[in-house]
Amino acid sequence: MLEARQVSVSIGAKRIVNDIDFTVRPGELAAIVGPNGSGKTTFLKALTGELSYSGSISLNGKDISALKPWQAASMRAVLPQSTALSFPFTVREIVKLGVTGGRSGALAGEDDRLPDRALARVDLEGFAGRFYQELSGGEQQRVQLARVLCQVWAPVLDGKPRYLFLDEPVSSLDIKHQLIIMNIARDFARRGGAVVAILHDLNLTAMYADSIAVMHRGCLAAMGAPQDVLSDDLIERVFGCRLRVGALPAANVPFVLPQSAVG
Amino acid sequence: MTDETIAGVAGTGADGRPASGDRSARAVIVICLLAVVLAFTALTSLTWGASDASALGLVGEWLFGSTPGNEALSARDAIIVYDIRLPRVILGILIGAALAVSGAVMQGLFRNPLADPGLVGVSSGAGLGAVLIIVLGASVLMPVTALLGTYALPLAAFFGGLLTTIILYNVATRQGRTSIATMLLAGIALGAMAMALTGVMVYMADDRQLRDLTFWQLGSLAGATWIKIAAAGPIIVLALAVTPFLAKGLNALSLGEATAAHLGVPVQRLKYIAIVSVSAAIGASVAVSGGIGFIGIVVPHLLRLAIGPDNRYLLPASALLGASLLLLADAVSRTIVAPAELPIGIITAAVGGPFFLWILLRNRSVIDL
Repeated sequence: MLEARQVSVSIGAKRIVNDIDFTVRPGELAAIVGPNGSGKTTFLKALTGELSYSGSISLNGKDISALKPWQAASMRAVLPQSTALSFPFTVREIVKLGVTGGRSGALAGEDDRLPDRALARVDLEGFAGRFYQELSGGEQQRVQLARVLCQVWAPVLDGKPRYLFLDEPVSSLDIKHQLIIMNIARDFARRGGAVVAILHDLNLTAMYADSIAVMHRGCLAAMGAPQDVLSDDLIERVFGCRLRVGALPAANVPFVLPQSAVG
Repeated sequence: MTDETIAGVAGTGADGRPASGDRSARAVIVICLLAVVLAFTALTSLTWGASDASALGLVGEWLFGSTPGNEALSARDAIIVYDIRLPRVILGILIGAALAVSGAVMQGLFRNPLADPGLVGVSSGAGLGAVLIIVLGASVLMPVTALLGTYALPLAAFFGGLLTTIILYNVATRQGRTSIATMLLAGIALGAMAMALTGVMVYMADDRQLRDLTFWQLGSLAGATWIKIAAAGPIIVLALAVTPFLAKGLNALSLGEATAAHLGVPVQRLKYIAIVSVSAAIGASVAVSGGIGFIGIVVPHLLRLAIGPDNRYLLPASALLGASLLLLADAVSRTIVAPAELPIGIITAAVGGPFFLWILLRNRSVIDL
């Protein structure tokens, strides 16, 4: 279980995240949503131990500030919003970095085949020999996800759940790959792991998230199941935008929802 | 010769990369080839010169012992080979390896292919440390030289280099991101400050010290002795022996400090060890051979084209190629104006300068200042 209690983060004199309580259970996909600048990424960076914070954060009952880097690496993997690369690595070399310090949890002898399997899962079969820098932004993001998947290939290790932290995993992807990636995340949770993902698309969030944490000006505005959280009031209050949940556009305006995906 | 070897191997895959994206097998082959090239270069260097001892005869003597009346070397030649050429070759290998590996480690640390101890002022800082000992060693710094003996010079250069690297890193890095523009400009500033203080020392130096300084500043392997090897060798070997343990961490670091940490790399410790070992290797090299430039930027760059940026292979390959190239440059420096000698620093700069410009031209669109 991931438990955050009264977590606050300040950068310089400015308090970016204010007193957040946040819990994710094994088997859950928790989405963090909120307007730009509401502190989502900063909060995620506190959860992954990248930024110092006040309050307490624990993974499987262990305080994350007490974990050694390799211990943390075998409990959770982190997908950043974007990754700039300084040297000409091939896609395979990048994905293999996923098994640098942690334990993939794959069966003995399978570690070598993990990069291929991970690339196949993110729909990048045959890309292993390409140079990372030659790929499009969306493809690069999926390569990074394949690397992250290698790090925590088994969602449960030694009987304990593992965690995926994803910062906008689908923001640069087309609709097909948004669905593929969100299915990977949900599958990771269904098999006993837990996922925390920052998302912007409220429809995709409603479709995949087991719980939604809504952030607003550094505070938690609401947390709960999608049907409880997504209300006209909350959206207007948080996003400053008068929208109506579940309202259909005029009959002649086409709209396509991820929920309508077949199969 | 060395360059042809690399080009030949790089040509085996379409534009230098196998379809599987796995370059480790090729890297191992390149490393083996480079080891052979280095052995060949070293043997040639041993036999190249006024006395004509044959390389094969030497190897035979090492392997099977000499048979009386049939020695490969006359007594006079033996002195030339064992007391003059052998220390010079060993020093060349140590320093070539130190310069190239330091360049590769520093580039990994700063996540930038242009980071080089010579370019960013670290060598100047190390040089200042050395000059302080040369000029003030007999007066103000007497206690230091008395205490440390022959180690005073390399250690002073080490601390000069260390201080420069630490300042440089802290100036150029903000929140885990290293700005290349800040790094190069800070390097210029630090280099200028070190040069100013070095200038003061030169101004204060007497005639004998001045001659020492001038020779030393141009960079040369001439004057290589077993004593110098005993002073600088252990420091360089120790520093280089640490670097293979940094390789995996440096690979992860190319994704950024935060991601490296998420992958389980103890980033702070990695940076600390990398900075200390680079400073030690550069300090010891600068102390005995002066400013030999561009090996640290040319060698890793060539090798990245051939085997990719994986530091597990790049670091040992850099050591081998750096050593070979420096021995080659030294051979040129000994023969081009024979019987006089051209300082080796002039040769590496004359070849390395244009090469560096070529890198800049190739990467003009990529290098983001």
